[in-house]
Formats: sequence, C-alpha cells, structure tokens
Amino acid sequence: MRIDGTAEVKVIFEESVSGRKGYSLPDLDVPAQELDQLLPLELLRQQAPVLPEVSEVDVIRHFTRLSERNHGVDSGFYPLGSCTMKYNPKINEDVAVLAGFQSIHPYQPESSCQGALEVLFDLEKCLCAITGMDAFTLQPAAGAHGELTGLMLIKAYHHHRGQLDQKREVIVPDSAHGTNPASAALCGFKVVEVPSDARGNVDVAALRQVVGPQTAALMLTNPNTLGLFEEHIEEIAQLIHEAGGLLYYDGANANAILGVTRPGDMGFDVVHLNLHKTFAAPHGGGGPGSGPVGVKKDLIPFLPVPRVIQEAEGYRFDFDFPQSIGKVKAYYGNFLVALKAYTYIRQMGPSGLKAVAENAVLNANYLMEQLKEYYDLPYQRRCMHEFVLSGARQKEYGVKTLDLAKGLLDYGIHAPTIYFPLIVEEALMIEPTETESKATLDQFIALMIKMAQEAIESPEKLHQAPQRLPVRRLDEAGAARNPDLKWS
Amino acid sequence: MTPTDRKYTREHEWVQINGKQAIVGITNYAQNELGDVVFVDLPETGSVVEANDEMAVVESVKAVSDIYAPVSGKIVKVNEALQDNPELINSDPYKDGWISIIEMSDPDEVDELMSAEEYADFTEGE
Repeated sequence: MRIDGTAEVKVIFEESVSGRKGYSLPDLDVPAQELDQLLPLELLRQQAPVLPEVSEVDVIRHFTRLSERNHGVDSGFYPLGSCTMKYNPKINEDVAVLAGFQSIHPYQPESSCQGALEVLFDLEKCLCAITGMDAFTLQPAAGAHGELTGLMLIKAYHHHRGQLDQKREVIVPDSAHGTNPASAALCGFKVVEVPSDARGNVDVAALRQVVGPQTAALMLTNPNTLGLFEEHIEEIAQLIHEAGGLLYYDGANANAILGVTRPGDMGFDVVHLNLHKTFAAPHGGGGPGSGPVGVKKDLIPFLPVPRVIQEAEGYRFDFDFPQSIGKVKAYYGNFLVALKAYTYIRQMGPSGLKAVAENAVLNANYLMEQLKEYYDLPYQRRCMHEFVLSGARQKEYGVKTLDLAKGLLDYGIHAPTIYFPLIVEEALMIEPTETESKATLDQFIALMIKMAQEAIESPEKLHQAPQRLPVRRLDEAGAARNPDLKWS
Repeated sequence: MTPTDRKYTREHEWVQINGKQAIVGITNYAQNELGDVVFVDLPETGSVVEANDEMAVVESVKAVSDIYAPVSGKIVKVNEALQDNPELINSDPYKDGWISIIEMSDPDEVDELMSAEEYADFTEGE
C-alpha cells in the first residue's frame, strides 16, 4: 500500500474487520440500564449503524496515508493565483488551542468569556484600521458568503432610502471572480458586465455607458484578477457615487495592498476580507474560512447582529440594531479562524503587514520578469501580488495550459490557477506570496523555462504528465457528469 | 471544416435557417475552447428572447459560459438529449449537439451574421 502509482486507496469502511475496535471504556460505576428503559421505542434504531470497525493503529495509518498524498503549503510551493496560499505560522495554532478559546461555548455567560469577546472586538478595530472602514462584522464564513452579506447590506441601504425599486443592477467587470455575479444574482440583482481595457483596467468609457440611476453597486477587486492595480479607481468611485450607487471591494487580493493603501481611502463603501488568505489562517482543504465584511458609517445600522460592544463593565453582545439584516451565520462566525487572523495581525504589526505586501509584490514581479520571455504576457505592466501569463505560444505546439499545470505537479509544485481570468487565453495565474524564498522562486522559474522548451521539443512528455503522482490524469469530465458521491 | 449551410456569431454560435425557424448551436471552435462539457442549462420552451440575450448556459470542466440568442424570437424546441448527454456538444457540435430552435420574429437579423468564410477568418484572429 505504498505510493507507487498503482495502489488503490481504500475508504475506511473497506478496512473494517468485524469485532475490531479502537477504544476501551472503563467499567460502569452506576447500575447498567437497558436503552429501551431510557428512551421511547420510536426513537431507538432497530439496526446498529454501519460504522467501520478498526483499531487505533488502523485509523492512524489510514489517515496518515491519505495526508501523505496531499499537497499543502507545509509540503511545497503553492502558487495558486487569487488564493494567497501563504505559509501559516504555527503560533496561530498554538493560540487557537488555548483552553480559554477552544473550550468555551457560544451560550456561556458573556462575563465568563471576556477574553474571547475582546479578541472579536479588537480584531474588528484592526480590520477597520487596515481597510479604512468604520465597522466590521466577523460573521460570514468565507469570501463568497462575505460577498452575499455585503450585497444584502447594500440592498438594505437602498431599501431604507426607498430606492430599491429603482436600484436593480450590479456592475461586475469581465475579469471578476465568478462569485461576484453569482452573489449579486443570488441577492436578486441584475448583473451587468463591463469590459476591461487594453491595460487590464476597467474600461471607464464602457462603464459610463452602463452606470445610471438603476445602478445599485459596482463590485471590484483591486488589484484585479489580472494582478493589476485599477489605475482609475478614484474616477470609478466618483462615477458610481454620483449615480447613487455603492462601491463593493472584493478583498481576495488584499494581500497586495496591506499597509500601503486602503479600500476605504479609494472610495469603497463595503469590503470583504478573506482571513484565510490575507491573514494566514489555513484553507484549501484545511479551512474553514472567514470572510468579515466592513462598511462605511452609513451602512453600520444594517450590519448583522449580534455586534460586540465595549462598556464600563466589559464586553457584551448587542442585539439591539433594529435595521440589522439579522444573522448570516450561526453564533459569531468561525471564531477560531478569526482568532488565528488576530494572532497573525498582532504578530506582524503595522510594519510587518506592510512588508508582507511589499514582498508579495516583489516576488510576483520577479517571477513575471523572468518568465515573460518564455510565455506570453498579455498585459505588459508592473504587476501587484500576482500576474497572468498566457500559454497561447505553447498551444501552437499542441501543449495546453492544462498540460503545463499537470507538468508542475511532477516536481512537487502545486499548479497555478488555470483558465482564469476568462479574458486571457490559456491563462496561468501565478501568485507566489511573500513567504517564499528566492531559491524557491528560482527553482520554479527554471521548471517553467524547462517546460516551455519541452513544449517545443517533446510535447508528448507534457501530455503524459503527471507521471510521478499516485494518480495520473483524472477524468474530470466523468466526475462532473456522473458524480459518485456515496460509498456503498 | 466550418459548415457553409449556416451563419455564425462573434460569440461562436451557429444558426441554421429552415423557413422561419433557426436552429442554434455552438461552433466546433467554441466546444474545443471550452473543453469537456459537463452540463447544459437549456432555455424554456415558449420563452421569448431578443437577439444577444443570454439564452442558455454551458458548463465545461474549464468554465461556465453564457450562450446568446443569435436572433430574436420564441424558443419552440430545445435539445432535451443534452440533459443526459451534454458531451454531444463536444462530439457533434454541428448536428446532434444543437441547443434550441427559435421561431424568428425578425428574419432580417440573419443578414447581420457572419458567413462560414467570415467566421473562419474571425476565429483565425482570435
């Protein structure tokens, strides 16, 4: 059962041996009672549940084996564009397992968990300072949930002003994350797409054509998904605000601007951040995420409840916000993720966070400059924390971007984001993050150059990648067309 | 080869005219760019579309793409076979992979579409 490219991975149920168990319970110190004397018959199941019967060592080996087949930031380079797969410092985990944080219950008295409330209160203040917003909710569970929450706030704002009947449209650039139009549609808005110009910015002339009294909001990622800073952001903000619309900031790429500039200063009214990207909480299978939403003061009344407030006698939850959109998540969001982000922010401090952005941008530009000779670079500009190459040149030789992505896997490197953004043919979206050394970047550059040569000289090699992983090309279409989600 | 018995849009749909009826699908170039199609969201029969309206959605392993109505009119038939066999768009985009039939309200719109030759030139430049 080693990783030899052929071994079949069993599910834990297949490892089950009748009668085997991985626990030993102490003798009862109270008289034994039959179950049917304790519970009504209709609540008792007639057959035992089919659970795997395995020993402790079976369980440990099974899951260790699975984990060995995984790739994470702890095992290697992970330049997955727009996902900010930075290293997650382990001190965050140390803090998250402190009993005062881990063993508390959402319903215990506020007086007995003041430390946890202080973390929520302080984190909100930190995020306000970092983004230039006036208040935050920590409830949303991840980025797309943050988007939905943000749009619900925008909807509540227009509704409160009696303009919701008119404000029906949300404008989204053609380079946007797919979640932006999806969130807007889910919130009941009509989505209007606006194209990018030749420099990769929002085409302001085209934007003027679609902005009007019907505009509820513009959703923008800045830097955008091409890794480029929106050069006309002030003009865009003015345009939207003059039409009575609001500006929504998708914080997926906030890593590029930490401590350098702030969405609040650019004119954004609503912001979401991904704590699991920018603020070093685990994600990509190691989640859960956290997508706090920040607002300017006009939108504060609509924020989800409860909100943590500080009074003379300490911190408490306040539910008394009559215009609130209500709860968007059970309890107070993913608290331990928020705690890890808070730990990270306090560890880094303001100058540390600024250095994060500077190094993330420096690393991306270094890779871009070294690779642009070998791959097409559609937008010839200084990039921010990530950049988008095109595999169009390699495609001429019959090597698709998918083949390049699979080729990297053989060298223990996670593939970049591919085929996104949609406006770049055969896109390869590369985000190295600030936590990689120059040696790692140089190794990646050498591999990418090698593959560019292979694409010309021996394309069949890349067609066959990956060769060194436990599995080869997976049948993605088959998995999507006929998903088999249940073991039986 | 691009079939010469029909017209083409810049969004890579094809239209085959049969009297007042227009059969619509996506081109071989489009299916090749999309990759393996895994799901097709078909329009409702009886719905009325304007030219350039979003009419259907095609989801592939790479991306989700809107399909636009090349002409205005009423959807009179959709290719139900795509529900169970979305791969027909990949294997036979010009025939069995058709998406819908529109009963045209303004047949003159067809004149604005590209010929096979023009479309071939157009994709050359893409």
